[in-house]
Amino acid sequence: MNPLYEHLESALQRVSGFIYPNEVELHWGLLVVIYPYITGLVAGAFILASLEKVFRVKEVEPTYRLAMLTALAFLIVAPLPLLAHLGHPERSFEIFLTPHFKSAMAMFGFVYAWYLMVVLLLEIWFEYRADLIAWRKQSRGLKKLLYWILSLGSKNTSPEAIAFDRKAVYAITLIGIPSAFLLHGYVGFIFGSIKANPWWSSVLMPIVFLFSAIVSGIALVLLLYYITSMVRRKTPDMPCLNKLATFLLIALIVDLSLETLDFIHRLYESEESIEILRRLIFSKLFLSLTIVQLLLGTIGPILMLAFARFSRLPDEMKRLVYFVAAALVQVGIFSTRWNVVIGGQLFSKSLRGLTYYKLELGGVEGLLFGVALLVLPFVILYVLVKVLPPWEDTRPSEST
Amino acid sequence: MPDDRAACDRRKFLHDLAKLPCATLLLGVVGPLETLATETEEGEEYYAMGIQVDRCIGCGLCVQACKTENDVPQEPYFFRTWVEHYEIHDDGSATVESPEGGIHGFPPGDDDRDVLRSFFVPKLCNQCDNPPCVQVCPVGATFKTEDGVVLVDQDYCIGCRYCIQACPYGARYLDPRTKTADKCTFCYHRITKGLLPACVEVCPTQARVFGELGTRSSPLHRMKRQDSLHVLKPSLNTEPKVLYANLDGEVR
Amino acid sequence: MRVGKIPGQVVRLAIVLIASLVVLLLVRARFVPESFGETGHYRADVVPAIAAQPIRYAGMQACAECHDDVAEVKASSYHRGLTCEGCHGAAADHVEDPVEATPAVPSGRESCLRCHEYLGARPTGFPQIIETIHNPMEPCAGCHDPHEPTPPAVPGECSACHRAIASTKSVSHHWSLDCETCHLTPQKHRENPRAHLPEKPVAREFCGRCHDRAAESAATVPRVDMADHGGRYPCWQCHYPHDPEGHS
Repeated sequence: MNPLYEHLESALQRVSGFIYPNEVELHWGLLVVIYPYITGLVAGAFILASLEKVFRVKEVEPTYRLAMLTALAFLIVAPLPLLAHLGHPERSFEIFLTPHFKSAMAMFGFVYAWYLMVVLLLEIWFEYRADLIAWRKQSRGLKKLLYWILSLGSKNTSPEAIAFDRKAVYAITLIGIPSAFLLHGYVGFIFGSIKANPWWSSVLMPIVFLFSAIVSGIALVLLLYYITSMVRRKTPDMPCLNKLATFLLIALIVDLSLETLDFIHRLYESEESIEILRRLIFSKLFLSLTIVQLLLGTIGPILMLAFARFSRLPDEMKRLVYFVAAALVQVGIFSTRWNVVIGGQLFSKSLRGLTYYKLELGGVEGLLFGVALLVLPFVILYVLVKVLPPWEDTRPSEST
Repeated sequence: MPDDRAACDRRKFLHDLAKLPCATLLLGVVGPLETLATETEEGEEYYAMGIQVDRCIGCGLCVQACKTENDVPQEPYFFRTWVEHYEIHDDGSATVESPEGGIHGFPPGDDDRDVLRSFFVPKLCNQCDNPPCVQVCPVGATFKTEDGVVLVDQDYCIGCRYCIQACPYGARYLDPRTKTADKCTFCYHRITKGLLPACVEVCPTQARVFGELGTRSSPLHRMKRQDSLHVLKPSLNTEPKVLYANLDGEVR
Repeated sequence: MRVGKIPGQVVRLAIVLIASLVVLLLVRARFVPESFGETGHYRADVVPAIAAQPIRYAGMQACAECHDDVAEVKASSYHRGLTCEGCHGAAADHVEDPVEATPAVPSGRESCLRCHEYLGARPTGFPQIIETIHNPMEPCAGCHDPHEPTPPAVPGECSACHRAIASTKSVSHHWSLDCETCHLTPQKHRENPRAHLPEKPVAREFCGRCHDRAAESAATVPRVDMADHGGRYPCWQCHYPHDPEGHS
């Protein structure tokens, strides 16, 4: 028997209440959970990076280049889960050929291309250009060729040229912040604009997505900065970590406030869908929403960060608390995405019953493939870091 | 005719605007205004279906005929049309069921003493005049034809399933054989030949009525004249072209 | 590399950017389907392609072209609204090749019960039977010609057709009353129900004939003062005559 039908048959038996017969199959699985999670990390990491350039937050400077490379590594992976989940990936280029401008999803291609080409790559190129030239001079063979290609053959390291690079980076960051907002806000819009689905349809959705993106991005850079410092046997810069923790704390509080506002608004308006959503929250989503997302992923980290940041703990202890809090935040934000994407499909649009979703282990929609997709950005980041070391102490162009 | 000119200019403006990649949001806002400004074009050939709920006997012949006519997968997870059975109880609660979409009819149930009223409701794609599925399709693989029928281009659909998410009526499914979205076409291959949709053809009680909105002498027009009509989920402003007569408020 | 006042690095970037844009536009021009956008944001070619899908149900008119005798009988029967292919299955292939493809001829009881087994949700007045008590085991076609299904003998009991009402009434306080007690039913209603409808009592006085304080009925019948009980409302506004006191 066809494994799909076998799966649907067991899903049908686990349905409670009435669902439309076509709703037995749950269409957006783990892959579509991973996609907004990853773009969230991109947007968050970029917004953190731009703090240093635009708002002159000097403390977070050590993480600037790392944050940019992280954003790039994750952005390269971002379209893969979408592509893998399509029924016809080979036709995906149609999005560029005949984009339907009224479709939020069609805008993916453009927002993505804009963000990747115009914002991230350009900014990284200008930021690294002088270094690329220096590295090219120092190296030989294939590596020399690689740096020559990456610098597009540029040789000019005159003070005017470097000054222009700085200005360019500043200007691109200025464009980049709204672009990052656009990139993830629009992912929220993909869900928030579906009037058929009361769990998704909310004007707050893009904003909630954005702030959870900032939360996850800051937490990821904090984690990476901590880990890379450990690996390189360097002491992490404590003012920088403290600043990151402060930002993470603020972002978490804003995120929590927005989610609470959304929740209270729904409860107070108490529309037709409230009964089924209540059932959803207290049954299928209880673990992932209340326990993991809210307690473990938001309130826990807020308390930990607030305590560690403003207490007189020794630095090592503080770092550890930050690390644990940031790790919990990642788990929390992932289940936020899960609760939106999967949660929105766990109830029938007839508002009379709950559907069923089971995560498989194998297959394209399975757990293993999902984990591979989440590991891939780190592999890419490893390569990027090897080619374009982001560390302050390895910059060749200090003297120029 | 200054008004016409304005409408025309607006159309041209919208058309030009649509060429800009960043126009999504703008269009989403201006688009509905345009529909306010211009009359809906209901020409001679603008198809619609009427469903007289109080005539449906729940035999399920329509579901069977639909699957046969349109080669819909036989497994009970894919339906272009299906029949729901409603029971409203003394306490006001409702029980709804649709075993295998009602394709084999409905089994005689226990004679429940606390049933206030019960009835069958046939469901299908509502062929919305303002279709959310078409709005969200990223590539133009699902669309509204000039005669008002919403169709899917099986050779162009990328299988992203956004349309399935956007349909408020659960009328779409992903065909497991082609991996593309699919749904009721009003039997487009039949109606364009002057035949009735298969479900209407086999309905033994004329609970289903098919016709053109612009034609005045048709069973559909008679129904529009004589019955109190309702559409499903009117608050979503999808403007369905499947009209229900004598529909119970419990039906969603 | 420097053009006018534009810095060298920008020129290099611009070359890369323009080159990729040109490639993109060329690819786009090459691969967009020819008919796309002719009538809207879709491939116009697909509409005739969908319209060309083969049909499976030929339609009643096609059947009548050869089987005009059956069609004529059916056209004046209760089954006139029922298409041939409703019972015999899709028959477009039979129209194409009448010898090779023969439609099914349902026998037994199953296919009739699909419509005529009693279900509470079926509309009142639609002819329904309870399978287990309506001549069990007898094939339907033994008594009813499917093309002219009028029963050979008129129904003896009202419950033959009004099953829902009969079963409600049977457990109500009105269980002992004949239908004819309240409904004056012309004999012809049994042969042609829609054309000869039974009467329904409307006046309060009708109920008062048993339930008024002064009525000459059994002592166990509940009495009210017809003058002020219920004000100006007719009795059936509050009391469903087939189940006057409710059943729970």
